[in-house]
Amino acid sequence: MTNKKNTLLAGPYLIWAVGFIVLPLFMIVYYAFTDKQNRFTFDNIVAAVSDPANLKALGMTLLLAALATAICLVLAYPLALCLTKLRLKRKNSIIFLFILPMWMNFMLQMVAINVIVEDNGVLNSLLTALGLPTVHIANTFGAILLGMVYDYFPFMLLPIFNNVSCLDKDLINASHDLGANGISTFFKVTLPLTLPGVVSGITMVFMPAISDFAIAEMLGGGKIMLIGNVVEQSFNKGQYHQGSGLALLLMVFVLVSSFITDKDGEGEGGTLLP
Amino acid sequence: MKDIITLKDIAVSFDGETILDGLNLSIRDGEFVTLLGPSGCGKTTTLRIIAGFVTPDRGDVFFGDQRVNNVPAHKRHVNTIFQRYALFPHMNVFENVAFGMRVQKKGKDEIKKTVEEMLALVNLKGYEKRHVSTLSGGQQQRVAIARALANKPTVLLLDEPLAALDLKLRKEMQVELKNIQKSLGITFIYVTHDQEEALTMSDTVVVMDHGRIQQIGTPMDIYNEPQNAFVADFIGESNIFDGVMREDRVVEYFGKIIPCVDSGFAKDELVDVVIRPEDVELVAPEKGQLCGTVTSLIFKGVHYEMNVEACGFSWLVHSTKMEPVGTEVGICVDPENIQIMRKQEAVCHDE
Amino acid sequence: MKKLGSVLRGLYIALIFVFLYAPVALMIVLSFNETRSAYHWEGFSFWKYEALFNNDTIMEALVSTVVLGLCAAAIATVIGILVCIGMMAMSKRMQGVVTTTANIPLLNADIVTGIALMLFFAAVVGRMSNVTLLISHVTLVLPYVVLNVSSKLRQFDMSIYHAALDLGASPAKAFFKVVLPDIFPGVLAGFLLALTISFDDFTITYFTKGQGLNTLSTMIYTNRIRGILPEYYALSALMFVAILSLILIVQIINMRSAPAVKKTERDMQK
Repeated sequence: MTNKKNTLLAGPYLIWAVGFIVLPLFMIVYYAFTDKQNRFTFDNIVAAVSDPANLKALGMTLLLAALATAICLVLAYPLALCLTKLRLKRKNSIIFLFILPMWMNFMLQMVAINVIVEDNGVLNSLLTALGLPTVHIANTFGAILLGMVYDYFPFMLLPIFNNVSCLDKDLINASHDLGANGISTFFKVTLPLTLPGVVSGITMVFMPAISDFAIAEMLGGGKIMLIGNVVEQSFNKGQYHQGSGLALLLMVFVLVSSFITDKDGEGEGGTLLP
Repeated sequence: MKDIITLKDIAVSFDGETILDGLNLSIRDGEFVTLLGPSGCGKTTTLRIIAGFVTPDRGDVFFGDQRVNNVPAHKRHVNTIFQRYALFPHMNVFENVAFGMRVQKKGKDEIKKTVEEMLALVNLKGYEKRHVSTLSGGQQQRVAIARALANKPTVLLLDEPLAALDLKLRKEMQVELKNIQKSLGITFIYVTHDQEEALTMSDTVVVMDHGRIQQIGTPMDIYNEPQNAFVADFIGESNIFDGVMREDRVVEYFGKIIPCVDSGFAKDELVDVVIRPEDVELVAPEKGQLCGTVTSLIFKGVHYEMNVEACGFSWLVHSTKMEPVGTEVGICVDPENIQIMRKQEAVCHDE
Repeated sequence: MKKLGSVLRGLYIALIFVFLYAPVALMIVLSFNETRSAYHWEGFSFWKYEALFNNDTIMEALVSTVVLGLCAAAIATVIGILVCIGMMAMSKRMQGVVTTTANIPLLNADIVTGIALMLFFAAVVGRMSNVTLLISHVTLVLPYVVLNVSSKLRQFDMSIYHAALDLGASPAKAFFKVVLPDIFPGVLAGFLLALTISFDDFTITYFTKGQGLNTLSTMIYTNRIRGILPEYYALSALMFVAILSLILIVQIINMRSAPAVKKTERDMQK
């Protein structure tokens, strides 16, 4: 199988990769640096970062993405620790349970969350039944945040869990053995050694969160504009050049930060199934 | 010398499987004690109970007179060298060795001084800034030793520390560990499945099997006077077969009445007879207690290893004299070299 | 102390579990509810399922989703296996180049991938169609197949393949008789993963689909103004059961993969 002739088998893929991965990306670059008359220009890029509407959307996006990432991290890290402490023979099966909801159709997930948070939805019915005041979440910032946390939580949990569960138990034992109590063992050994998982989790949540437009549209009722919505609407209105300027910036940011944090070249795909 | 660690009636089981079953063990201050046994005999679990990583289901652990069952690992004044070293991969050599002292909030100068001392002790001077992943197995081993000793433990626990090293390095480290133990004068509790390692290094050997102690003694005792067939079989090679004690100092095997030096058995008691291969003398057929034929011959360097088929039993014989395959030989054993043992079930029953 | 710790841990695990499953559980329960939209229980009924099967728009979208997913996953699996074998013969540097390009759609924002493909197709063929949608989906799922297959192939003990050659099998025969059965769990996992990713996708479909065709995701998105249709409850329940069984199958195949190797070894000896 290491026969040199076999390299030819990679042919179809290489053609595909050049044709449908690399070339389309150049299309964005092309549109981003040209105007309607196909003349070279920086206007699209300048407009992308100077338009006050864009800046407002950017601020909102960064806030939402950062909050969603932070909440996911705060929820997922302790969960990963708890799950590894369970004395189970098949640890993969338990993590599998926590990943399963992710496979539910994304749009149906959004529908389900709407069912819960609608003004006369399940949450408010429950609150009324308990004699508590109702809350208004539907079509707000809060609903989008909830949707993001719900949708991206597995992406945070998986890399952290993989990292935590691979941690040699004897390193923790060694730390205790040398006199460190639970808290200092956590900060001196467990946390530093699981930092790669944390970083990868943060990337895998933050990146989709800053480029999202569908969650905002489904749960925000079109009232809150994120960068993704700005891009989507430019293309809907046929403003390909302006849209590409913004999309290019998004792409550069996402790809550069992904490659920095994902040095070993292992994407999330391999780990999605336990 | 007083007992520094005492285990009383310890029992442990994981997932319904019994690992340790009523273990009693006392360890004296300054001793080099080896827990020896095949894998799964409970030796590592015993070590982990002392370290505080495993809580026994039953029984008590004493450090001196103090019961320490509920003392967590980080408050016990013992340190461990782990099988795969368990060096912290995100720290360099210095930080690894300094870890224990940093946790105890020792002063900067003291830490620096102690780390240097420890690294000198294990011949790793100048390696402070090296990252642990760049070290060889032997060097990692030394860092692990330095790290454990930096805490100035009264007892050092070693869990098969040399298992990952190649033969030559293992021999060197054996000597070095023994020297370190002697110069520091602290207690070493050493776990291994390598009987040669155990015999070379220890003051006391604890032979374990199936979660029970089979024999405790000096290396000489263990080798020369094994208490049961398991110990005899596990320590070195042996010819083990059935015999019957006809009276004190007389045993019968393969239908022959043979003189021996053991006594105190019931008349006609069924026993295990153990004879080391180097204790079997090959003589002329008519002079032997038994007669047999050489069936195989291997040159082993120091001696020849032969199999002699006699009375339906294949005797393992080590001798410096060679007998070709097919030779008729007589087998003779000095009464002193015949070990008579009670059958193993009987031993357990007595307990 | 220890007991309290494990109780707290259990409680926390349960809490997150409820958070993750509440929406889907709710949809399943409400799918049997007699009433249309109220959230109190009015009695058991299957009418939402009937409505679902009678709703042509949703059924068409469902069929499109499944057909698109199967085609995309199949094409991606074939291309993916080929490139993985090809990669074995490559230098480490070339392998790095291939995996990096494979990872681009994985790492890139979906919206960017979708727009890039749309601009590209607009420039090359003028308008979006079912073909552009299929090509986009293959592009989307390819990296998942490559990752799964190549990781399995890297674990494969090459001496088994060499033994097959040594025993007189041709390279192709050795591949199909020895290598493929061994990496099959990886291939299947890659295929099913590709299928689920394709089912789940919204953004790329949204930008590259032709007029008139809808997958479930774009159908729900387009109809968002109409609110939550009763059919969605039934659809959620059925989807959950389908996905659950799909993923359970992968798990079972993965668990059985070890004995499968032994079987092929026996076959070779015959």
